[in-house]
Amino acid sequence: MKTWFFTEDAYPNLPDDESYESIRVNLPNKHFDPVLGADLFNMYLDIWAAADEKGLEIMLNEHHQTPTCVLPAAPIALGVLARETKEARLLILGNPIVNRKQPIRVAEEMAYIDVLSRGRLECGFVRGVPYEIAPANAYPYRGSEKLWEAHDLIMKAWTHHEGPFNFEGRWFHARQVNIWPRPYQQPHPPVWVTMGSAGSAAQVAQRKHVGAVFLAGYPNIRRLFDSYRNGYFQAHGDEAPLDRLAYAAIVHVGKNEKEAEKGAEKLLWYIRSNKVAPQFNNPPGYHPPEVAANLIRGPRPGEPNRRDPRLETQLSRGNVFSGTPDQVFQQLKHFWEYSGGFGHLLLMGQAGFMTYDETLSSMDLFAKEVYPRLKELTATYDPDAMKELRSASPDVEGVDMSLLASEFTR
Amino acid sequence: MPFADRLAERYEVIQPVHPGFAGTPIPEHFDNIQDLIFLYLDLIDELNLENTILAGFSMGGWLAAEIAAINTKRFSKLVLVDSVGIKPGGPFDRDIADVFAISPNEHTRISWHDPSKAPDPRNMNDEELQIFASDRIAHGLYTWEPYMHNPKLQYRLHRIDIPTLLIWGEGDQVVKPSYGEAFRDLISNSRMVVIPDAGHSPHVEQPEAFINHFLEFAF
Repeated sequence: MKTWFFTEDAYPNLPDDESYESIRVNLPNKHFDPVLGADLFNMYLDIWAAADEKGLEIMLNEHHQTPTCVLPAAPIALGVLARETKEARLLILGNPIVNRKQPIRVAEEMAYIDVLSRGRLECGFVRGVPYEIAPANAYPYRGSEKLWEAHDLIMKAWTHHEGPFNFEGRWFHARQVNIWPRPYQQPHPPVWVTMGSAGSAAQVAQRKHVGAVFLAGYPNIRRLFDSYRNGYFQAHGDEAPLDRLAYAAIVHVGKNEKEAEKGAEKLLWYIRSNKVAPQFNNPPGYHPPEVAANLIRGPRPGEPNRRDPRLETQLSRGNVFSGTPDQVFQQLKHFWEYSGGFGHLLLMGQAGFMTYDETLSSMDLFAKEVYPRLKELTATYDPDAMKELRSASPDVEGVDMSLLASEFTR
Repeated sequence: MPFADRLAERYEVIQPVHPGFAGTPIPEHFDNIQDLIFLYLDLIDELNLENTILAGFSMGGWLAAEIAAINTKRFSKLVLVDSVGIKPGGPFDRDIADVFAISPNEHTRISWHDPSKAPDPRNMNDEELQIFASDRIAHGLYTWEPYMHNPKLQYRLHRIDIPTLLIWGEGDQVVKPSYGEAFRDLISNSRMVVIPDAGHSPHVEQPEAFINHFLEFAF
C-alpha cells in the first residue's frame, strides 16, 4: 500500500466559533495574521519535506476562502515541493477543474510540475466540495459532465504533440491548443479522480484512473469501491488492480494509547471546526434534489450526526485510525479487508493545532512500524481470497456504531 | 395564486411553469435564461397570442422584459413586479441581494414584509420539500452568472413601446424600490406604483392593493 501524507494547511487560530456564521466562505480574513501565516506555511512545507525523507509519498489539496485550508493554489506549493523533495511522488488531489475556468492553464501548470520534478507528478481532478461553489462562482449543476469535459481537454492537451488543436465543447472553448511544456511522463502523468457516488465511481473506472474516496467510512466504502470494481470489470473485462483505489482518512500513531488519543483529538479539529452555513453547504445545483431536500430539512429525530466529532464515533466509522502502531495496523487491516482492498492510503496526519514535533513523531512511528506491515498486507492481495473474506463479513450499515467503537478504541 | 383567480374573473389567464419548477424536468440542453426566453417565444407563437398583457414577477419579470425587448407586437401592455434583470450600479454595488449566499432566515427577512407568509420548509412534506429544492436548482440555473441580470438588457429596453407598469413592494430588500425606479427609467412609456406593507411578493402579501393596481392599468 502506498501511503501519501497530507495536511490541509489549516490556520487554526480563530475566534470563538459562536462569533461567526460559517468557517467557510464568509469568515472575514482580518482574522488571518500574515506573520503567523508565514510560520505556518513554512512549517507545512517542512512537514511534507520530512514525509519525503521518511519514504512517504506526498499529497496536497486546495480550498478557497477558508481557514481550514489556507492553500488556495495547490500547484504553487507543489512547485516548491518539486524542488525541495527528491523521491516522493507528488499528488495534487486535486485540481478543481469544474470550478476553474481555464482547463488549459491547469494542463500547463501540471506539465511544468511534472517536468520540474522529473516525472513525479500524480494529477488529481476533483469536482470540489459544496462550499467551493460560492468562492468559485461556478454554477454546480451538471458538475460531473463539466468535470469530464475539462478532463478530456486536459488529457488531449497533454498527449497531442503535433501542433494546435481546437476544442469547442459545451462549457469550455479553446481554439489553438498547443501547450509548452508537455509532461515529462509519457503518455501523461497518472490521473486520480475523487468519487462520491456509485455513478461517479463507474465513470472513473471506465477511464482506468485512480478512484479516491475521502472519509466515507464503513457505511459507504463498499458501495463506492464496489461500483468502481464493477465498472472497471464491465469496461475492461479484468479485475481492477489494487492500485486503482485510494482511501483518505485521519491517522495518528502514538507511542502509547494515551499519546495516540491526544494526537487524534488534535486531528479531529478538522471535523469539529467545520461549521458551515446551510447556504454554502447546500448551494442550488450541487446536490441532487433529494439530497438537497434532506439538507434543507435537517436531520430527522434519531438520525446519526455525520459530523459527530467524538473520537470513538469517528474510529468506529473508519474515518479515523489511531492508536499504538499495532492498533493502527489492525484497524487499517480490518477496514482494508472490509472494503475489498485498496492500494493507496491518503493519510491526513496533521490538522488544527498539531505541532511539527507531534506530527513528525506520529509520521515516524507510522513509517517505521506500520507502513512495512501495510506493504506486506497489500503484497498478499488476491481478489478471490478477498471476496471470501468479504462475504464472511456483513455490511456494517445499520449496525450500532457504539459497539464497533468499543472494539476499535481499545 | 389568489390574484390569478381574481384576474381569471375578467381575463383568460395563462400561467406557465418554467421548466425545472414545480417538479418539472429541466430540458437537457438548457443552460441559462436565454433558453427560457426562446422557449417562451416559441410558446407565444404556438398559442398565437394577440393583444395580450405580459406580466412577470421577479425572475419572471426579467423574462418578460427580455421578451418585450425582442418584440412587442403580440402584446398590449407589460407588467413587471419586483423584477430583476438589469444592473444599474457599478461592479462593486450589490444591486440585487445575493439570495444564494445568505441564510434561509435572512432570505425570509429581506423578501417578506410579514415573514409568516414565507414558505416554510419545516411545514412541508417530503414531496413538497423536494419540489422546493428542485425550484432552487432551476432558479440557480437561470440566474447564476451574470447574477440575476443581463448586462445587455439596459441597452435593449428602449425597444419596449407598449404601456408598462412596474409594481413594487415597498419593503422589498431583494430588489429595492430604487432598483425598480432605475428599471422604470429605462422604459419610455412606463410608470411605477409602490405597495406598502409588502416585500418581494406584493401579490401575495397585499393581493387587494395589487389587483387594484393591475386592473386599473389593464383597462
